[in-house]
Amino acid sequence: MAKVLAFAESRGGELRKVAFEAVTAARQAADSSGGGEVHALLLGAPGVAARGAELGRYGADHVTVIEHAGLERYSAEVFAATAAARLSAGDYRAAFFPASAQGRDLTPRVAARLGVSLASDVTGFELRADDVLAQHPGYTGKVIVTLRLVGTPALLSLRPGVITPVEQPRTARVETAAPALEPAAARVMVTELTQRAAARLDLGEARVIVSGGRGLRAAENFKLVEDLAAAIGNAAVGATRAVTDDGWRPATDQIGQTGRVVTPDLYIAVGISGAIQHLAGMRTAKTIVAINKDKDAPIFKIADYGIVGDLFEIVPRLTEEMKRVRHDQ
Amino acid sequence: MKIAVCIKRVPDMEARFSISADRKSLDQSGLKYEMGDFDGYALEVGLQLVEKQGPGEVVVVSVGPDGVQEMLRKALAMGAARAVQLKADEVPVDGLAIARALAAELKDGGYDLILFGRMATDTASGTVGPMTAELLELPCVTAISQLEISGSRGTARRDLEGATETSTFPLPAVLTIDEGIARPRLASLKGIMAAKKKPLEVRPAQLGEPHLFIEAMALPPDRPPGRIIGEGAEAVPELLRLLKTEAKVL
Repeated sequence: MAKVLAFAESRGGELRKVAFEAVTAARQAADSSGGGEVHALLLGAPGVAARGAELGRYGADHVTVIEHAGLERYSAEVFAATAAARLSAGDYRAAFFPASAQGRDLTPRVAARLGVSLASDVTGFELRADDVLAQHPGYTGKVIVTLRLVGTPALLSLRPGVITPVEQPRTARVETAAPALEPAAARVMVTELTQRAAARLDLGEARVIVSGGRGLRAAENFKLVEDLAAAIGNAAVGATRAVTDDGWRPATDQIGQTGRVVTPDLYIAVGISGAIQHLAGMRTAKTIVAINKDKDAPIFKIADYGIVGDLFEIVPRLTEEMKRVRHDQ
Repeated sequence: MKIAVCIKRVPDMEARFSISADRKSLDQSGLKYEMGDFDGYALEVGLQLVEKQGPGEVVVVSVGPDGVQEMLRKALAMGAARAVQLKADEVPVDGLAIARALAAELKDGGYDLILFGRMATDTASGTVGPMTAELLELPCVTAISQLEISGSRGTARRDLEGATETSTFPLPAVLTIDEGIARPRLASLKGIMAAKKKPLEVRPAQLGEPHLFIEAMALPPDRPPGRIIGEGAEAVPELLRLLKTEAKVL
C-alpha cells in the first residue's frame, strides 16, 4: 500500500491537463501497490482551492492547497520549498510531477532538497517492492532507457500527453496550508508574464497538431496550416526548427530535439522533410500524417498515412473535407 | 566577472545507435562524441559576458572519463581560461550525483555565474543545473533565452509554453541556457594553439552514492513502416476515411 503524491500544475487559477495526468498516474501507482492513498498538491493565488475538488474526479483522496496572493505566478523557490516540505512530512513512496516547462524547472530542485533521485520525462513506470522502474526516451527518442530508482520518495516527471487522464471519482478531502517560504522572500522575482494569445491551445495539451516546414516556402503560407488546424478544431500549430530559425514562426512553436516534444493523437506534417531533429519531437505521436512533394522524404518512413504531392493543392482540399466532417457530426 | 560553464560530452545524435550485449549500455563502436548543443550556447554566453563586462575568466568543468578532455580543449580553444575534468569512469545517469560533484568543485570558487545548457542532448533531462543550484543554495533561472547583467543583478527571459516570463535575480546565480541566445563561435587557429598551453586540471569526481541506475536499454519498437496512400488532392478522401475508420482519430 503505497502513498503517492501528485503535483497539480495550474495556470491563471485553472488546472492544466498535466495535473489530471499526474493524478491519474499516481492513482495507477497506488492501486498497483494494493491501493494506497493519493495526495495532490496544488499551489496558486486565492481562489485556486475551488479547483481542488476536481482532482478527486481523477482519483485523489486528499488535496493540499496552498493559496497565497504572492503565488499568482510560479515561483520556483516557494514551490520547491513547499513540495519538499510536503514530501518529507508525508512518508510517500513516490511522487509524480509533469515534465512541463514548470515541472522541468521545479522537480530537480525538489529532488536536490530531499537528496533523492529523479527520473525525468518518463513515459512509463512500475512500482516494485524495493525500487521503481521508469522508462525514459533518451538519445532523441532513439533509445528507450529503463531507469531504476532506489530510495524514497522516488520522484518521476511525466512526459505530457503520455498518460491519458482517467476519471475514477472519489470525494477528495481538501485542506489549505501555508507555503513553506513566504513568496516575498524568494530571491528570483518574476517581474512580467506575457501570455501569448490566450485562446491559443498549447502544443502540449492539443490532441491534434498541424505542423509546417520549409515546404510552405514563405511565412504567410502558414495560413494554410492555421486554416487546417481551425477546420479540425481543438488543434494546435507547430513548426520545424528551420521555420522558427527563419523567423516565420515564434521559437516557442518549434517541435523537435531542441524544441517541444509532443505526443498528440494526430500529427499532420505539412511540407516537412523529417530531419532527425524534428522526428525527435514528434515520433511518439499516435498517428502521423505527412504531406510532402518528395516521395523519398524521411517523414514518409514513419508516417502512418502519407500523401505525395503539392501541399498547396492538398492542404486546402483537406481543410474543406475536415470542415465537412465537423459539419456532419 | 568569474563564470563557470558546466558542459557534457554527448554522442552525435545523427548516429544509428545500437545496444551492447549487456543490454544496458550503448555499443560504442563508431560513436563520435561532441559538446552538447545547449552547452555550446552556455559557453558562448559566458565568453561574451566576460568580453563585455571587463576583467574576468570563464572556467569550463565537465564530469566524465578522459575522453572529455578533447571537448574541454575545444572549449579552451574557443576562449575559456582553464578547464577542470572531474574524473569518473563514466558519466552517471543520476543527475544528483553529477550535481554533487559539480557543487563540491564550484562551492568555494568565487563564481559570479554558473552556466549550464538547458539540457544535455542525450538524456534531455535538464536536471543537473537546478540541482547544483539547490546544493549551492544559489538562485537559479532555467531555460533562459535572453540575459542582461547589470552590476550585481541580472534579468532573464524564458519561454513557458505559450507565455514569456521575465525575472530578476541577484548574483551569484545559476542559469541554464536555451537556444537562440547566442551562436557558439568557432575556435580560431590562434585559439587552438593557445589552448594547448592552458591549464586542464584533473580531479576525482565526488559523486557520492547514486540512487538512479540504468536497468536496461532497448531500441524503441519500430513504428509500422510508413505508408503512402496516394498522390495529390485526390488522395484526401481516402485519408479521411482511414483517419475515421482505421486510426479512429476523427
